[in-house]
Amino acid sequence: MKLERPDSRGRFGEFGGRFAPETLMPALEELEHAFEAAWVDPGFRAELDRLLKDFVGRPTPIFEAERLSAQLGFRVLLKREDLAHTGAHKINNAIGQVLLARRMGKPRVIAETGAGQHGVATATAAALLGLECEVFMGEKDIERQSLNVYRMQMLGTRVIPVTSGAGTLKDAVNEAMRDWVGTVETTHYVIGSVVGPHPFPWMVREFQRVIGDESLEQLGEDLPDVVVACVGGGSNAIGIFYPFAGLGIDLVGVEAAGEGIETGRHGASLGEGSPGILHGTRTYLLQNADGQVQEAHSISAGLDYPGVGPEHAYFQDLGLARYVSITDDESLEGVSLLARTEGIIPALESAHAISWIAKAAGELQGKTVLVNLSGRGDKDVQQIAEARS
Amino acid sequence: MSAERLTSMFAARRAGNSTALLPFMTAGLPDPGHAVEMFEAMAGAGADGFEVGIPYSDPLMDGPIIQEGGARALATGVGLEEGLEIAGRVVARTGLPALVMTYANVVVQAGPDEFARRAADHGVSGVIVADLPLEEAGPIQEAVERAGLGMVLFAAPTTTEARLRRIVDAEPVFIYGVADLGVTGERKVASSRAGELAGRIRALTDIPLVLGVGISTPEQAAAVAASADGVIVGSALVRRVLEARTPADAISSVATGVREFRAAL
Repeated sequence: MKLERPDSRGRFGEFGGRFAPETLMPALEELEHAFEAAWVDPGFRAELDRLLKDFVGRPTPIFEAERLSAQLGFRVLLKREDLAHTGAHKINNAIGQVLLARRMGKPRVIAETGAGQHGVATATAAALLGLECEVFMGEKDIERQSLNVYRMQMLGTRVIPVTSGAGTLKDAVNEAMRDWVGTVETTHYVIGSVVGPHPFPWMVREFQRVIGDESLEQLGEDLPDVVVACVGGGSNAIGIFYPFAGLGIDLVGVEAAGEGIETGRHGASLGEGSPGILHGTRTYLLQNADGQVQEAHSISAGLDYPGVGPEHAYFQDLGLARYVSITDDESLEGVSLLARTEGIIPALESAHAISWIAKAAGELQGKTVLVNLSGRGDKDVQQIAEARS
Repeated sequence: MSAERLTSMFAARRAGNSTALLPFMTAGLPDPGHAVEMFEAMAGAGADGFEVGIPYSDPLMDGPIIQEGGARALATGVGLEEGLEIAGRVVARTGLPALVMTYANVVVQAGPDEFARRAADHGVSGVIVADLPLEEAGPIQEAVERAGLGMVLFAAPTTTEARLRRIVDAEPVFIYGVADLGVTGERKVASSRAGELAGRIRALTDIPLVLGVGISTPEQAAAVAASADGVIVGSALVRRVLEARTPADAISSVATGVREFRAAL
């Protein structure tokens, strides 16, 4: 059964927990209590709801994708998180956490970012609410998502390049954590996915479940048979899955198969990994027998991560959701498919979900499939053009 | 019991009213062939024991210098087995207590009991896990103690009074007092918070207290020496390895560093 919240140690079954340096522990306890109090405070909820409505533009619509449905032979609905302000679901969590940081009296926020969407969302929320903001981003990601680097800078955020490791999302998280160990008394770390030590996986899920809660309300009796979302850390997926879990609906998470599972260059932590500890939480990881975490690979910076949210690990082990994967090349086909049938250019991350429904069309005949279109693809246009040339 | 080598060393230092020097060095530096010699040189320069770093891919408590040292060791194939072997040979040659320092995933992939048993077989005295707070330490601490080793727990300037009491109640072999906020690395100015933290810990317990993180000069070490049973110096020594041109240079430079810290204590 899905858990309303993790246990007192922050565990979803055997996953999750709080593996953090002692310096951070008091801040994690403080954050847990602050979030608990804020989440039941009608004043906080009203302020968050107001911003989600008037600033972010929620509720995001559910769009009946008629031409895509006709082509694939089954009914496809798209939850349009790409229409949220800043272009992805990341803003739901960023606004929530930055509001919480302000309530906790922290004048500065930091964040990690892969594709740049979470960095842009945090920079946006910080500008809106008047907090100082710095974002850690891997060197390789700075290169492939330069548009988002400029956006963050325009919003008054300092983007700090991370050169360690492969210069991708994992390294950006390490560097943000290291900053936080030194600045924890005046800084809140806005983690962008349902990863990290407790209470982050739970708190970020609560901020993102608005996607699924809204969908349920919008659909009424007309429930889908299948709900599909891409999974890197897994925040858009858990956001839409959580309210649907336990309703007998097939929940499908799509991981990055990168250059192909058989090449070893992929990001399929749930499909190919094993339990271990990374970034403060126990979850499925890509690692060697010695416990050294391996580099992930994906054309999509947002899915290029060797771990995954602990609640997804729990969902997989309990069979509450299943997890599949899509390669870089297939995701590019997903971009074209949605662009040409519906006039929507999806983010490379979200294109993994689109691509999977096309690939699995045989088993989906006669069904209604709701896809979480987690973000728009403007940021990826240059990279896609290069990949095709 | 391996932990006794460590506790008797602290007892002797206490009796002599002086402070132990526990240098940190990543296992496998300057290269695997000179790793044991590196620790022997530190013993000769006045170290009282060692923190032997078992490298990990994602060391989120470590600053750039120790990250680089760890990456270098990993690239030359030093993992858990090689690290423990180096530690074992160091203990056999120097007779000094050695602790291994690593991250939780390295311990849980080996399995806490297997990890502890292998560490004990190599004569290791204690275990330090940088991302293992009290709440998650239980199974690992039990395994470590079953194998006759000592478990180290951290206390930081941010640690609340209630947490500090629980850390003391868990009876670690020593308390690793985090001398400054932030990850390991060199600091231009010594933290003013080490003394305050030491005072809070001393008020609660007689368990040995060792200060580390951000203690980068002999002067900074001297300033906190009076309030602690021991001092850990890491980045200031690993930096000497990274800057050296040859393994021999690295070893002699680190020995010089240890000698300077020893003199200041």
